[in-house]
Amino acid sequence: MSKPFVFEKPAGMRDTLPAFYQKNEDIKNKIKQEMESWGYQFIQTPTLEYHDTVGEASAILDQQLFKLLDMEGKTLVLRPDMTAPIARVVSSSMKHVAYPLRLAYSSPVFRAQQREGGRPAEFEQVGIELIGEGTASAEAEALALMSEVFKKNEIAGFTVAVGHIGFVQELLSDILGNDDRAGELLRYLNEKNYVGYTSHVKKLPLSSIDTKRLLKLLDLRGGIEVLDEASSLNPNRRGQQTLQELEDLYHLLEDYDAAQNIVFDFTLFSHMSYYTGIVFEGYGAGIGAPIASGGRYDDLLSRFDRKAPAIGFAIRMDYFVEALGKKSDDTRRQCILYTDERRKEALKLARDKRSEGKRVVMQNLSGVKNVDEFSKRFDDVHYLIGTQQGEDFS
Amino acid sequence: MSTVLTMAMPKGRIFEEAVDLLRQAGYPLPPEFDESRKLIIDAPEAGLRFILAKPMDVPTYVEHGVADIGIAGKDVMLEEERDVYEVLDLKISECYLAVAGLPNGHDQRVAPKIASKYPNVASHYFREQGQQVEVIKLNGSIELAPLIGLADRIVDIVSTGRTLKENGLVELEKIADITSRLIVNPASYRLHAVRINDLVERLRTLVESKEEVQ
Repeated sequence: MSKPFVFEKPAGMRDTLPAFYQKNEDIKNKIKQEMESWGYQFIQTPTLEYHDTVGEASAILDQQLFKLLDMEGKTLVLRPDMTAPIARVVSSSMKHVAYPLRLAYSSPVFRAQQREGGRPAEFEQVGIELIGEGTASAEAEALALMSEVFKKNEIAGFTVAVGHIGFVQELLSDILGNDDRAGELLRYLNEKNYVGYTSHVKKLPLSSIDTKRLLKLLDLRGGIEVLDEASSLNPNRRGQQTLQELEDLYHLLEDYDAAQNIVFDFTLFSHMSYYTGIVFEGYGAGIGAPIASGGRYDDLLSRFDRKAPAIGFAIRMDYFVEALGKKSDDTRRQCILYTDERRKEALKLARDKRSEGKRVVMQNLSGVKNVDEFSKRFDDVHYLIGTQQGEDFS
Repeated sequence: MSTVLTMAMPKGRIFEEAVDLLRQAGYPLPPEFDESRKLIIDAPEAGLRFILAKPMDVPTYVEHGVADIGIAGKDVMLEEERDVYEVLDLKISECYLAVAGLPNGHDQRVAPKIASKYPNVASHYFREQGQQVEVIKLNGSIELAPLIGLADRIVDIVSTGRTLKENGLVELEKIADITSRLIVNPASYRLHAVRINDLVERLRTLVESKEEVQ
């Protein structure tokens, strides 16, 4: 391997330049404000965690983890998601705080890129976790909050797809009986390979009714009427229960005025294997991947010895900002160009303007080579130059 | 929000069959479609925009979301393993992936060399067989490799078997049947559900009616 050029970075790592940083920051603050106004408290966790704890509990594939060794030879990982670290915090540092807990985060996560560029290996997530609440109200709150964030930022074409891991699992094991055969079909669904699923179902020795039930599963996508269609597949008692849960959830969302953008989708599978109940993803026009995703994970906390039901979601800032397109307040900066004689005057002017909330650059004229070039970068330039007191050429 | 769907089409072998299929499914495609050298073709009457890509690249466009849907061979899907929905078997461009080599050529090496345009498929297949091999990636004329001693065997698609025969090679093992598939970007699948479902259903009906005729 040759030595990298000075401009090269590890695969998937990106620089954020001022224009994008500002935009990202503004949008992020707006999202965080919304989450705070719902009573969620932000926390921060370390960038490095042990592979044996957070690395194992995280649903990100092992080959996607950035790993390194500490001085004692223990394997560390750069945190690949925020849900597992928060589960660790809740079960240790916050062990004595009673459930339910409403926590939020805004942090970069790291996932190694195996194949090619075009996708970042480090990206920022803003999200919430509602831990210790197993009711439909918790689910409605998470979905409503996510919808509110999308709505307040006017994401075009905003759609939330809601599915349920339990319904599919129940239906498959009800029809197929043994877990191996159900597992085979689940694998096809996970791989998004409907062609493989369909031809596999047709090969199974099943009654024509059961074959139809399995094939119909792929069509369970759409509005609230999908729940009736799902019910017509004659799921077992537990399957029927999940449908009731989803219907209740829908009515709760109506109360939140957040049901318009919801579609049900029983084919929705997350790559996050720790989800146990409802799963959901948020999309926006022109973005080819989910902007936000979340779900219920009732087993994760018990891995850290503080068993509790939980639900949460994360928004990917890069996709969110991309979905907003050009809509954002651009940063307006002013400049005071001064010479030594008038420094005090310049300082006073800067102080005044800054206290008004303006963004003011102070620049000594002797430090600039090309004044025209330099002043072009600002919306407004005040010249405090020479000995004439009190004159401002702006 | 525009309702025009962007569809990535493979240039070459599969192209004509795919265009035929879409026309039969009732999509009015412009006549210049067949000869044009343009890479982006709008078909406003059909509500579609086509991008013409190398077959191997179709799933890439769809995964990144610059195309909502696409037509890709199963061989490409196996090789690329992209995060897209494979929703329908179009049953066109039928062929299969196979291992081929020289007749009665038995491997002398501990790890025989395998030449292929599909290095991932090849290493995955031999791994499953528990065989240790070395895979050499080539971009075409794969049959050459065993003839001049670059590789012991090849992994390639076979449709009629003529190329193998004319070059004195024999098929050794079949890996998988291949047809073209309709693939969909996961976000588009939800955002444009109505339009995409309609397209899938029209093609499904067509494919199934053809099956019955046969």
